[in-house]
Amino acid sequence: MTTNSTSHEDAHEAHHGHSHGHEAGHGSFKSYMTGFVLSVILTAIPFWLVMGDVLDSKVATIAAIMIIGAIQIVVHMVYFLHMNTKSEGGWTMMALIFTVIIVAIALIGSLWVMHHLNSNMMVMSPEMMKNLP
Amino acid sequence: MSNIQSQSAEQPQFYLEEDHHPEGSTNLGFWLYLMSDCLIFATLFATYAVLGRNYAAGPSPADLFDLKLVAINTAMLLFSSITYGFAMLQMERGAKQETLFWLGITGLFGLAFLGIELYEFYHMIHEGATPQRSAFLSAFFTLVGTHGLHVTFGIIWLVTLMVQVSKHGLIQENRRRLMCLSMFWHFLDVVWIGVFSVVYLMGVVG
Repeated sequence: MTTNSTSHEDAHEAHHGHSHGHEAGHGSFKSYMTGFVLSVILTAIPFWLVMGDVLDSKVATIAAIMIIGAIQIVVHMVYFLHMNTKSEGGWTMMALIFTVIIVAIALIGSLWVMHHLNSNMMVMSPEMMKNLP
Repeated sequence: MSNIQSQSAEQPQFYLEEDHHPEGSTNLGFWLYLMSDCLIFATLFATYAVLGRNYAAGPSPADLFDLKLVAINTAMLLFSSITYGFAMLQMERGAKQETLFWLGITGLFGLAFLGIELYEFYHMIHEGATPQRSAFLSAFFTLVGTHGLHVTFGIIWLVTLMVQVSKHGLIQENRRRLMCLSMFWHFLDVVWIGVFSVVYLMGVVG
């Protein structure tokens, strides 16, 4: 039993050293600064678009805000949260993909259902009132 | 008896195969918590997306939001993210005082963010734009308020860890805790990207 526990610890030690090797993905000064500079640029652009009234079309402005926002989220994930496909044997990435799917279903589903509900809630005319069963 | 002995002697190989690293499982577990937190925000975002145009003849986002204030707020949170990154780099080096210094700076940026947000809320409520005024305002205060609450608890956590680090140093446990708070703090910044894009910028565009 003692041999077991010591070799168990050895295994731990070995794994520990190993994990420090590939968890160097904690980030370096350079990667944090890259993420920071990218985030500043990606934050400044949408604020400039809206505050400076740069684009004529509302739809184009909203599309730009959403696309730049999505890019900035990815930048934060990679440079600040150190997301990659390898950490925890890929399970963090799996959890993230699952969450993104659920979030998409919740957002798109809610908007879709409520939009149809709104379009079907027409104001009733007196004619329609009369024809009610 | 000898049979059992040989069995237990083979076990270490089994442990080598399996990932049973305590630190690693904490990270994964905390990541799963963050993902569930993400779902809370997803439902609040969905609520805001559905109700965000129902003003009940009350004020609209364009009337209420001061984008300059929001831009400063966003900058505060972004600065706090990078200073937390610096704290983590100092922690890797094992420099206790520098880690505490950067954690302190992060806390100050976090407090500045909260102060500006509370000022904004106070200003809105003073003008009669209370959560009871319209569906848009209910959804707004719930979403932005939940994010603000997360930041508040993040700051409490940060102060707790600063006390822990100054008392016990950068021991393994404190490193693990700082790592978890790092994920939490950066996650809040990610949520804030959604908030300023969807609520403030798209609200003002109309």
